[in-house]
Amino acid sequence: MTITKRNIVIKGTKDGLAFYLDDTCSLQELFDELEEKIEYNPQQFLTGPVIPISIKLGKRYLTEEQRVTLMEIVGRRGNLLVKSIDTDVITKQEALIDKLSSQVKIVTRTVRSGQVLEHAGDLLLLGDVNPGGFVSCTGNILIFGSLRGSAHAGCEGKEECIIAALEMDPIQLRIANIISRPPDEWMDTITEMEFAYITEGRMAIEKINQLYKVRPDLGQITW
Amino acid sequence: MGEAIVVTSGKGGVGKTTTTANIGTALAQLGKKVCMVDTDIGLRNLDLVMGLENRIIFDLVDVIEGTCKIHQALLKDKRFEDLLYLLPAAQTKDKSCIEPRQMKELINELKNEFDIILIDCPAGIEHGFRNAIAGADKAIVVTTPDISSIRDADRVIGLLEQEKMFETYLVVNRIRPNLVKNGEMLDVDDVVTMLSVDPIGYVPDDEEVIKHLHLKEPVAMNHEAKAGIAYRNIARRMLGDSVPFMNLYETNDGFMKKMKKMFGIH
Repeated sequence: MTITKRNIVIKGTKDGLAFYLDDTCSLQELFDELEEKIEYNPQQFLTGPVIPISIKLGKRYLTEEQRVTLMEIVGRRGNLLVKSIDTDVITKQEALIDKLSSQVKIVTRTVRSGQVLEHAGDLLLLGDVNPGGFVSCTGNILIFGSLRGSAHAGCEGKEECIIAALEMDPIQLRIANIISRPPDEWMDTITEMEFAYITEGRMAIEKINQLYKVRPDLGQITW
Repeated sequence: MGEAIVVTSGKGGVGKTTTTANIGTALAQLGKKVCMVDTDIGLRNLDLVMGLENRIIFDLVDVIEGTCKIHQALLKDKRFEDLLYLLPAAQTKDKSCIEPRQMKELINELKNEFDIILIDCPAGIEHGFRNAIAGADKAIVVTTPDISSIRDADRVIGLLEQEKMFETYLVVNRIRPNLVKNGEMLDVDDVVTMLSVDPIGYVPDDEEVIKHLHLKEPVAMNHEAKAGIAYRNIARRMLGDSVPFMNLYETNDGFMKKMKKMFGIH
């Protein structure tokens, strides 16, 4: 007889069920046990209405393939919906991307007509963006200079990003998927530093001293 | 060892060739040995502006292909003793028949003999442009105060920066003071701010330029014309003189008086 150790703990939370998977046993053991739990468990809570599941892997790293297998096993019960797979470990590459995108990149140059400045993360440009120039970032864009060209903040879909410039005179502004052409949508008479942001699905411009009200947690780490 | 300066603009028709001819003339008047190189292969103009067309035997492509020696192709402008030379472009060949590397060699060879080499660049940012900037140490970007020419100048400055050419100077050409005064044309200061490049001269729009084109004689040879003075001032600034920028917005009378005062002719 083998000693059966419980590798999987299922807990009920207010957001559904949390599967805590042991991170010291072998993956095969884990999968076997999970399969058993899912398929032969007679308990009430694994049947019935759709239940959101979050899977906690602890310090175990799963490849994309292994994740698919995991989802497939849990998915055998139609009412279990995997909401998230959390792990405490990430690859070096992911860590590097995270690190880079959490830093503000400083660039000193003039972005001229026909030039494109791209960056993953937040960007601080010390210089102008001339008409026909384009700045594109996955994070916020902060320009110490004139923005006379186009800028796209949060280009991978982050709507809470902002575009700030000492002189805001752009040809076109984009934040996430929202595009704004200044002369059509807002007229600019202010010569102070301003920023653009998204509110209720529309682009808006405010003076920089209003930023703390609009985006109080800008630049803070949010989980 | 001389230095090579490319005159470029991106957009066509803003006055690259006129600027090259006039700066070259003005530099020769100031006693420098100047060679102007026309790189606009297939659409050569510089020889026309200088009135040297009928003396062309060999051209730039002949030199590069080794058909002739550099000296055989150089045209001497007899109005300026032994100071002003022109290397004409080929008219019957294509831009693609020379490479930037060959251009660079040619310019380096010319540098041994001349104080200043002015390279007249073709319009556009393609092969011809690459050839023209290949051998240059500095660049003069010509623009007019209209948005399309400024946009193209901006693009060209960006391309020059990519080629690690950071010594770029701006000539704002064809300014019409009365339009600027009424706010119907961009002010030179706006142009300079927009391009963030050091200005080396402002040239007013002047009928004399057209008259002198017809005469086949650069306007810089005319000591009365505003544009001529502007070009000569550019040449002086290139040689390191600090010449104040002319006030474009005064009446003709006051302006002439002021210029005469500046030159000490009362």
